[in-house]
Amino acid sequence: MAFWDYANPTRFLKLVQVLLPWLVGLCVIFFAAGLYMSFFMAPEDYQQGNTVRIMYIHVPAAWLSMMCYSVMALSSIGTLVWKHPLADVSAKSAAPIGAAFTFMALVTGSLWGKPMWGTYWVWDARLTSVLVLLIMYLGLMTLWRTMEDPIKAGKAAAVLTLVGALNLPVIKFSVDWWNTLHQPASVVRMDGPTIHPDILWPLMVMATAFTLFFFVIHLMAMRNEIMRRRVRALRLRAAASSHPGTAAATAQPAE
Amino acid sequence: MDFGSHAGFIFASYGLCLLTILALIAWVRFDKAHQDRSLRELAEQGITRARPENESKNAR
Repeated sequence: MAFWDYANPTRFLKLVQVLLPWLVGLCVIFFAAGLYMSFFMAPEDYQQGNTVRIMYIHVPAAWLSMMCYSVMALSSIGTLVWKHPLADVSAKSAAPIGAAFTFMALVTGSLWGKPMWGTYWVWDARLTSVLVLLIMYLGLMTLWRTMEDPIKAGKAAAVLTLVGALNLPVIKFSVDWWNTLHQPASVVRMDGPTIHPDILWPLMVMATAFTLFFFVIHLMAMRNEIMRRRVRALRLRAAASSHPGTAAATAQPAE
Repeated sequence: MDFGSHAGFIFASYGLCLLTILALIAWVRFDKAHQDRSLRELAEQGITRARPENESKNAR
């Protein structure tokens, strides 16, 4: 069976049913290992002290906030170019998860900033561009809720998502392009990570746990969205058959 | 384990992450229950995804 065959929502739901227990199991294992490594194995940083432990959740949350938007941008291309039946289901389902990760990154960053920088917030390029990302997520979620027809809403949201994707390189390179209080990249660099392996390994395990968690919640949210569209299609069909004079309801591709 | 004078910031960060993760899990689970209930109520009213032609085939 080709990957493209999973464009069929029914086949996709069957795949989710098979994948979810494995992903949940792996996610729990990685979270348990990551938390143990973060609290009991990782040493204090010579400058940050114990506050380095905040980095084990702040950095993965920040990465996931951007990865989630990248998933939405790719899904939006799928909506606009190929009209893939699951593309806007994927984009819509990812938005609240991305908003949650962005919120997590901003708040944990603030809680790290107070003891390290002496302030919870500064309007530097990195922090401000991540705040813009959170506003983009909230705006997209609002847009989906304001339009009754999911296909029309999906197209409008796809255009807005792709415009908002311009913010991703701004977030990534803001620390290089401008003089920011936020430190430059220390893991994803051309010359390799500059972090000691004792701190890098717990970070990578926690990042894997966060990524698995994203896929678990995203698949579950996509399943819910497919069901929501089925409920909508059934209600429209029932309304059309009880009032034959009115316009017939049209089923959407992901229903 | 002693986290020193910054323990409050560390535990507040982890606590907030835990709450956010639990909120996401609650959101997908409640939403799933809501959609299941809606589909069940529609099925009880005889409104299902089966097309009339399929239903007539099944009746044969």
